[in-house]
Amino acid sequence: MVTVSQSVLRGRGAALALIAPALAVVGLFFVAPLAMSVVVAFRGKEGGFTLEHFAKSFDFYGTDLLFTLAIVVVSTLLIGVVAIAIAGYLTLGEHPRTVAVLRWLYRWPLFIPFVVAGQLMRTFLAKNGMLNHVLIGSGLIEPSSAQSLLDWRGIVIAFVWKQAPFVTLLLAGAMAALEPQHIEAARNLGARRLSVLIDIVLPQVRGTLLVGLVLSFVTMLSVLSVPLMINPNSPTMVTVDVAYRISTHADYPVANALCILSLLLAAIGAVFYLRHASARVEGA
Amino acid sequence: MATRALALPASFALPAPLATVLRAIVLALLAFAIFGPLLNLLLWAFAERWYFPNKLPIEFGLTYWYRVFQPRGNALASLGTSVWIALLTVAFSLAVAIPAGYALARLKLPWRGAILLTFLLPQAVPNLPVYVNIAQVFYQIGLNGTILGVVLVHASHGLVLAVWIASAAFASVDVSLEEASRNLGASPWTCFRTVTLPLATPGLIASAIFVFLESLDEFTGTYFVGVPDVTTLPLLMFNATMGGNYQISSITALLLLIPSIGFMLVVERFLKADVLAMVGR
Repeated sequence: MVTVSQSVLRGRGAALALIAPALAVVGLFFVAPLAMSVVVAFRGKEGGFTLEHFAKSFDFYGTDLLFTLAIVVVSTLLIGVVAIAIAGYLTLGEHPRTVAVLRWLYRWPLFIPFVVAGQLMRTFLAKNGMLNHVLIGSGLIEPSSAQSLLDWRGIVIAFVWKQAPFVTLLLAGAMAALEPQHIEAARNLGARRLSVLIDIVLPQVRGTLLVGLVLSFVTMLSVLSVPLMINPNSPTMVTVDVAYRISTHADYPVANALCILSLLLAAIGAVFYLRHASARVEGA
Repeated sequence: MATRALALPASFALPAPLATVLRAIVLALLAFAIFGPLLNLLLWAFAERWYFPNKLPIEFGLTYWYRVFQPRGNALASLGTSVWIALLTVAFSLAVAIPAGYALARLKLPWRGAILLTFLLPQAVPNLPVYVNIAQVFYQIGLNGTILGVVLVHASHGLVLAVWIASAAFASVDVSLEEASRNLGASPWTCFRTVTLPLATPGLIASAIFVFLESLDEFTGTYFVGVPDVTTLPLLMFNATMGGNYQISSITALLLLIPSIGFMLVVERFLKADVLAMVGR
């Protein structure tokens, strides 16, 4: 059968012509600068291959690289836990009104930009911010023990606050598409909700969860505004160092070496995902 | 929800009043975690004076609102710049993404997998190296600090979402409807214009809104490429925050929040499940 589309435009040439402009934009303004980053990071002053920019990066910013990795890993894990808890309750919760309220509640930060999340947390988590006022007012902490959370904890909180709804949305969607019979059967056999979630629901949506977490991991790695606003002083995230190398020293080689290193961190996330994906194909 | 019909084995349930209290406490904590920072922002936006150790502003007022919205104020200019850049980005992205999405959804395309992967790159790779080097190149060719430069950077990122959603939107259109229109004698272009395009419109609107929001909220690329002449709303907000002017930055943040939250509330109206199910196919 000849489909309409084939009669609309014959041949691969037409299809390529339609897609060429989009490919050109991505190639020119994304792939090419990315390739340039690799070249600049490995090129010495007189040309030729060098690793000195990387040596300098580790020398100056070794702590920050570890700090970045730790923050992003901790945030990713917390996002996973929050997303599983909320999506799990949305799927298995028995109290219709709680489910409805939760569904309405969790997604507010979904499209709030990182730069605004950074500003929100900068005032909310400060030593004299609303969080401490509420904690003191409710008698949970003494006024003297109020402390600013504007360090690594602030960054993690801002990241989780902003990204958890995104992963929850994906996860809840995947859970809603599961066959209700599986869950029903397990419940009828007397399984508790938590074990239904862990043993029956989660294994079936593992792929979606991992996609959401890897996307969040990569996104958080290149967020500049949140660490800049919450914790700009050392130790801080690599993105802040890159901006500093450029705006203060115009040091593009080291800035690019740092970028390559954060690409490598992102690659760890990607490998983790691919491993899982291939394991699933083999297991299927 | 199907799960609601499930019977709960009584032996595992908490006593009903206790369960209700627990649910209420957890929901209240979550509500505080989500709305606390937003409420704090609202307080700051209307605070005339607020300093330690006062729990609430000492005086509320609109002085800073007048300052933000004064006819020749920075904020209105930045809002204008931001919206203008976002509109140009949407126009540019959709002009390129609609043909690409159609080709991906309907036509026989060589190296289709590789092309789809290329369109995934900007979402799957940290963007910082890209911005750093684009800024350097744009600086040399005089595009740094221009609207065009910022639009190109925003579009190269927004394009990706636009292509994926447009392709899904076209894929979700029933082929038999196109065939019917062709059999009734419509030309290929008429068929596309009167059947395919209208049916794909909700998905295309969704992708336009996504691109618009992404451009409106974009910070890092503008930070590197926009300096020193293009100040979008996020950059203005950032500068006000770093300068310690929390009223101005909170009011600017509120302006940025309105479209974000508005979209969150209506997103499902445009992005229906049938389109979502086709993303990445």
